[in-house]
Amino acid sequence: MTDASPGRSGARPARNLKDILYSESFRTVIYQVALAAAVALLGFYLYQNVIANLSRQNIATGFGFLDQVAQFEIGETLIAYSSRDTYGRALLVGLINTLTVSAAGIVVATVIGFSVGIARVSTNWLLQRIATAYVEIVRNIPVILQVIFWAAVIRNLPAPRQAIELWGLGFLSNRGLTFVMPVAHAAHVWMLAALVTGIVLAAAASHLAKRHREATGRYVDMLWPSIALIAGLPLLVWLVFGAPHAISYPQRQGFNFAGGATISPEFVALMAGISLYSSGFIAEIVRAGIQATPRGQVEAARSIALRPRFILRYVVLPQALRVIVPPLTSQYVSLIKNSSIAVVIGYPDLVNIGNTVMNQTGQAVEAIAVMMMVYLIISVVTSLLMNAYNRLVAIKER
Amino acid sequence: MTTISSQIATPAPTYDPHARISGTVWLKANLFGSIWQSLLTVIVAAGLIRFFWFVLDWGVINAVFYTTDPDVCRAATGACWAVIVEKHRPMLFGLYPYDEHWRLVLMMVIYLVTVVISLWPRFWNLRLLVPLWIFATLSIGALMFGGVLGLRYVATSEWGGLPLTMLLFTGTVLIGMPVAVLLALGRRAPLPVARGVSVVFIESLRGVPLITILFVAVNVFPLFLPAGMEVNKLLRITVGIAIFFACYQAEVIRGGLQAIPRGQYEAAQSLSLSYWQTTRTIILPQALRISLPAITNHIIAAMKNTSFVIIIGLFDILTATTAVMQDPLWRKFYVEAYLFVAAVYLFFGYALSLYARQVEKWIASGRI
Amino acid sequence: MPQSSLPDQTSTPVISMRNVSKWFSAFQVLHDVSLDVRKGERVVVCGPSGSGKSTLIRCINRLEAHQSGQIFVKGLEMTDNVKNIDTIRRNIGMVFQNFNLFPHLTVLENLTLGPMLTRHMKKVAAEDLAMHFLKKVRIPEQANKYPLQLSGGQQQRVAIARSLCMEPEIMLFDEPTSALDPEMIKEVLDTMIELAESGMTMIVVTHEMGFARTVADNVVFMADGRKVESAPPEDFFGNPREERTRVFLDQILKH
Repeated sequence: MTDASPGRSGARPARNLKDILYSESFRTVIYQVALAAAVALLGFYLYQNVIANLSRQNIATGFGFLDQVAQFEIGETLIAYSSRDTYGRALLVGLINTLTVSAAGIVVATVIGFSVGIARVSTNWLLQRIATAYVEIVRNIPVILQVIFWAAVIRNLPAPRQAIELWGLGFLSNRGLTFVMPVAHAAHVWMLAALVTGIVLAAAASHLAKRHREATGRYVDMLWPSIALIAGLPLLVWLVFGAPHAISYPQRQGFNFAGGATISPEFVALMAGISLYSSGFIAEIVRAGIQATPRGQVEAARSIALRPRFILRYVVLPQALRVIVPPLTSQYVSLIKNSSIAVVIGYPDLVNIGNTVMNQTGQAVEAIAVMMMVYLIISVVTSLLMNAYNRLVAIKER
Repeated sequence: MTTISSQIATPAPTYDPHARISGTVWLKANLFGSIWQSLLTVIVAAGLIRFFWFVLDWGVINAVFYTTDPDVCRAATGACWAVIVEKHRPMLFGLYPYDEHWRLVLMMVIYLVTVVISLWPRFWNLRLLVPLWIFATLSIGALMFGGVLGLRYVATSEWGGLPLTMLLFTGTVLIGMPVAVLLALGRRAPLPVARGVSVVFIESLRGVPLITILFVAVNVFPLFLPAGMEVNKLLRITVGIAIFFACYQAEVIRGGLQAIPRGQYEAAQSLSLSYWQTTRTIILPQALRISLPAITNHIIAAMKNTSFVIIIGLFDILTATTAVMQDPLWRKFYVEAYLFVAAVYLFFGYALSLYARQVEKWIASGRI
Repeated sequence: MPQSSLPDQTSTPVISMRNVSKWFSAFQVLHDVSLDVRKGERVVVCGPSGSGKSTLIRCINRLEAHQSGQIFVKGLEMTDNVKNIDTIRRNIGMVFQNFNLFPHLTVLENLTLGPMLTRHMKKVAAEDLAMHFLKKVRIPEQANKYPLQLSGGQQQRVAIARSLCMEPEIMLFDEPTSALDPEMIKEVLDTMIELAESGMTMIVVTHEMGFARTVADNVVFMADGRKVESAPPEDFFGNPREERTRVFLDQILKH
């Protein structure tokens, strides 16, 4: 990128000052040195001001505050935490909450987004119009308004006594979403392990089946065996443990529920708001992906007598995923960033707790830096993974 | 300055855009027979009719459109649109002194007229637009601040509602677009240092939530200034949103820059135009036209993003409405109030996208 | 049936279309078209654009479904029976105007996909077969490149090889040279001529009248979804019976 026209200035050495002043390579260097110096000077100036201002206001600097006692409670924690823990641990609680609500939001947004995206290209005119209207509405209302709206909806739901029953599976009330939950049992951990093992085994078996096909030409259908492995292993483990089927049903009790599991109103509202908002964008990504495979591709596959599922597996999906995966990933990152709206409705995410830490310690620079770094790391790691993926699947053209 | 062309990668050849499989054909062939198709239609239509009936029943037939008594609303089974009538002034104008609301109405009229005129290609000549914008800025400033012509002074901390949303949005676009262009040019500049600075700036701001940038604008920026110097909070926040907007917009414009064929640079060089001449007269006009649809999307996003100021306590239309909905007499009717706010955003968003479509038509027909 | 000068009159046709009609919603693209193609016969279909010639051959391997009339391929009737469609498609190769190679697979993978998945060939055998046909179309050195790295002419020859890897008895060509630059047309036509000389049954939709003259046993002229005329090339070019054919030939041969 640095071929500052070597033909002109690089071919013969500059002979006098004028030649140097007018040479392009010299100017290129000067501009860059000037720019770098300006940036450095500005940074230094701002740094000086910050130090001066902080010492004038008697505000500490550095990250020592992370080890100080936080002295505030957090409503929802997935790890042990009390007000005697440190600011650092409080921020960790916030980070875990951010990741939890984002993960749930991503699942919901993906399910809705894919459904609506497929409906967007439906041959059914009515369905297609509804999907279009949905996309236009959820994408064009500010996400923060949607979160506040859902928070208001839940706040105005009836109290547990008059809670809305959900087909005997749970309740919706101003205490959040309460639903049935199997009673915790040692078997559950093993079932989870069995599920993972099943997925790994299914993947290995599919790979072997492919090798076998390549070696002998015989095709072994691995779809049902894979499903059997993935579903069957956890089931087997469950049976081995004596089929523990105790289920905790939520019961109305006084002003609240007993039993079952409850998701807080803030969690439900935040997740609903950010996932519905994202689902509109995901729907558009999916639509573009489906439409990205030219019709001729499917015709060519048919003309060599490929069966529909092979066409899907070897021709359509590989090309659609190339179009879908990169923007989908950045949509997920954007959903994670949107989860910081939590602060408006009081869900204790990273930004909300960081805000509290900032107000208590007065160390705005450091507190904000912590928040920014966390999101930045998430973004950078994702985009590195995406670049790797893109290189892997890039269609070579030249 | 003859080094530009070597920086410009030829745009990657794109995949043949013709003869797409409409996913439609694919789905029909693979997922739906015609019996299912019709069954689906019946189910969807039934749901839709129920939905519209509910909307009609709740929103019109049983709704209360006008009353000053919240108990009337409580007694009704439908919507209480009266809450909007009753509370429209605090919702639309926020904390601005009640008796001075007429100034905001006048301001919005001047603002909208100025914007509409400016968007019309017929009026695109500087001898009209420069005086118009000077007049608009001065008169809007006078109306909003007061302190002149016998108008009462109103501090920016009391500004609010829809006028504030409009000012935030306009400020974001007017400050953000030039910054975006500079960042985009920087990222494709022949100078590695300029490229480095732009990339780090753009990517680090795109990597963090808008909220953290607002925190910086409110809590950290004052620390950057020497003692005794202050910048208005509203201005700081506007600049914060604008820079965030600029980083996204810069990537869009960069896409447009990349799409410009190398031949354009070579032609400009052969006319011995300088870097800035080439950029201003040849490259940017084309790049902005190419990326217009994406630019519009981000401008609409900027309008939605102004609502983030609720976090740092500015009284835009959403904050004002949320505050109004604390009123115990009326707060039961939050759905109606938020629907109204949503409608305002949808209206302006729709208007912007309609205008953008018109601009694309003008571009296609060679009018601009 | 005006096919009196065919070399092999007595054998039953491998493709037989009887009064085939097709509509795209209200618009009729094929009007009662009948056509017989015998083993080893080379048929060129020509006609102005929109005359239904592409639709005609796309009906033969059911990329389009006809709505009335009958199509028999090797005695098997083409209905919506999935098994029959599969069998017929295995016996018919098709070459498209826009090549339609799979851009995410290498040339070799493009060629082996069908044999491995539908003919259950071993990978090694499928690759041997693929290399055999790549040599036939004279681009074995491109085997590990991706389609979009090749020139148009090369891509079309890969597409021909991809069809040949299914070892079909019949080849359909849907305007195989229309998307190519002039200098590449010849290499594709040469490949097709070689194929014809090897005795392949071929139906070719094309505007290359030189090809029709030298290779075709029979030239079919279509207009407005109807078969207007069908004759051996000497008669077709020397003494067209229909006025429409004459006008068309005048236009196309003038240039």
